Amino acid sequence: MSTLNTGANIAGPDDFYAELLAAHDGLSKAESDAFNARLILLLANHIGDRQVLAQALQAARRRK
Amino acid sequence: MSKIFETPLYPYARSSDQDASVPVRHPVVVVGAGPIGLGAAIDLALHDIPVVVLDDNDKVSWGSRAVCYAKRPLEILDRLGCGEPMVNKGVEWKLGKVFFDERKVYDFNLLPEGGHRRPAFINLQQYHFEKAMVDRVRELQAQGKPIGLRGGNKAIAVEQRGDHVRIGVETPEGPYAIEADWLIACDGANSPIRAMLGLDFVGRVFEDNFLIADVVMEAKFPTERWFWFDPPFNRGQSALLHKQPDNVWRIDFQIGWDIDRQEELKPENIDRRLRAMLGQDIKYELEWRPIYTFQCRRMEKFHEGRVIFAGDAAHQVSPFGARGANSGLQDTDNLAWKLKLIIDGKAPAALLDSYDVERIHGADENILNSSRSTDFITPKSEASRLFRDAVLDLAEHFPATRPMVNSGRLSVPCTYDGSPLNGPDNAKMPKRTRAQASPMVDAPTANGFLLDRLPGRFHLLTINAEAPASLDVDGVTATRLALGPADDPDGFLKERYLGEAKSAVYLVRPDQHVAARWESHDDAAVRAALNTAVGRLA
Ligand SMILES: Cc1cc2nc3c(=O)[nH]c(=O)nc-3n(C[C@H](O)[C@H](O)[C@H](O)COP(=O)(O)OP(=O)(O)OC[C@H]3O[C@@H](n4cnc5c(N)ncnc54)[C@H](O)[C@@H]3O)c2cc1C
Repeated sequence: MSTLNTGANIAGPDDFYAELLAAHDGLSKAESDAFNARLILLLANHIGDRQVLAQALQAARRRK
Repeated sequence: MSKIFETPLYPYARSSDQDASVPVRHPVVVVGAGPIGLGAAIDLALHDIPVVVLDDNDKVSWGSRAVCYAKRPLEILDRLGCGEPMVNKGVEWKLGKVFFDERKVYDFNLLPEGGHRRPAFINLQQYHFEKAMVDRVRELQAQGKPIGLRGGNKAIAVEQRGDHVRIGVETPEGPYAIEADWLIACDGANSPIRAMLGLDFVGRVFEDNFLIADVVMEAKFPTERWFWFDPPFNRGQSALLHKQPDNVWRIDFQIGWDIDRQEELKPENIDRRLRAMLGQDIKYELEWRPIYTFQCRRMEKFHEGRVIFAGDAAHQVSPFGARGANSGLQDTDNLAWKLKLIIDGKAPAALLDSYDVERIHGADENILNSSRSTDFITPKSEASRLFRDAVLDLAEHFPATRPMVNSGRLSVPCTYDGSPLNGPDNAKMPKRTRAQASPMVDAPTANGFLLDRLPGRFHLLTINAEAPASLDVDGVTATRLALGPADDPDGFLKERYLGEAKSAVYLVRPDQHVAARWESHDDAAVRAALNTAVGRLA
């Protein structure tokens, strides 16, 4: 069974974070929301594995 | 000239039952002469079971209503003997386009594989469809088949009486009663029979209205299904364009929940919508313009005592996916052979429980699919609209989200995984024809298409395998259809039936679903599977 990688996995985390925020620069709230939705769909498609996606949905639901 | 749907096709005529001193008993009475009731009656008559159909009306469906008929029902209609005129009259299509705002974002082909006699879909007005079925009833009557069609006969009472049902019927000349060993209720979504028996019909109502404009016009659009999300001519809503025969076009506008029906239905308002969509200079004539809302619901059980429900009476879906009439015909396809065996005393009455199991499985699949389409077409929350639009936006540029675009998942037959009638499977053979009562997939053979060679009874289909010419188990016979390498020059049988196996023996049910399969014939195993397939428990 594949498992969602919830360990730190991105090289250059500060760079990525900055890129993510930069992608939202100048966008209205509605445009940002739409951007996020497209991003989620693209990443989900890349992952593909339904088990991993289900775990990600579960993990994202958790607050604090 | 009056339209077909304005012409009485089976006007009221007095029947001798009305003059009988005691109610006349019939083996089967069908209430409702819609597509499903007619399908049930034709099927039973072909099995030589006397059947009487009652309908309160005497005409075919008012307006086009259902337009799209899928491959599987067409195959069933071929078996019933009325597929050909429908396909000849119908408009064949398999391509669909999806537009978002002003852009085309996606197109699809429903049947990208060859080797099928019938197309993925035809479009045909429901009145033509029903007319072809009434013609078939007349043809069978001329051949002496036991089938009666009584217009102007309204069922007004029904009473379960143990081993039969008594039905009160109202006619222009007053009421009478008849009895039936079995009553099949095909009396539509508002089923009066269901109400008379106090049975529930619960589900989900969708808060949305759709305006249909069926127009007659000369237009150059291709024969494709076009679907718009949020187009400039219907902002925030959807629209659908579909071609029907005789230059009739189905146009379907989503118009939202809070509307003024009278206002929307005014010809000048429909005209404004049509011109915004199709151009200011179009010339057309309006044929039919209803506003409809829809629901997804089903009965908890599809039979109760001696009353069996089929079609819209048993289940209702939204039209996106064309799963209404298409699935109703699969109900009667599933039912007729079972009822025949029960009436002939060759199968236990409990075989009918498998009708519930299998067709409730079908109904749930249809409800699930059409609810999901509806949720995509009419997003219910801000988040669902956000994702819907994101799917459509991306679909224009990347294949990634195209499979999620859902403007209707068009009707396909279901596989009855887990049905009590299923026998042994063989893992070397293809999944799509697994012995979980998968529908047989058509294929060309040396002497015609496969499905035409498996009509209405049990068959033992052998491919490169030996088996007796026929095999009888306590009155239920399976007849062999032997195929060999000469039948498969293009490899369709290998792809659809053999897979990794070199040979195959398929036990095929009368409704052309797979009961069991093996690599070679084993008499005891086939007999056991045949017993299982007719509900005789070991
Ligand atoms: C706008 C629209 C588009 C659709 N598009 C499609 C599509 O593309 N493809 C598809 O497969 N389906 C489609 N459908 C669904 C399809 O029309 C129905 O599923 C189909 O008509 C159901 O057939 P039926 O025989 O079960 O019921 P009905 O067609 O409703 O027939 C019921 C019959 O019973 C009779 N009756 C009722 N009460 C009594 C009584 N008390 N006594 C005697 N007779 C009675 C009625 O007069 C009627 O003739 C569409 C529906 C709508 C509204």
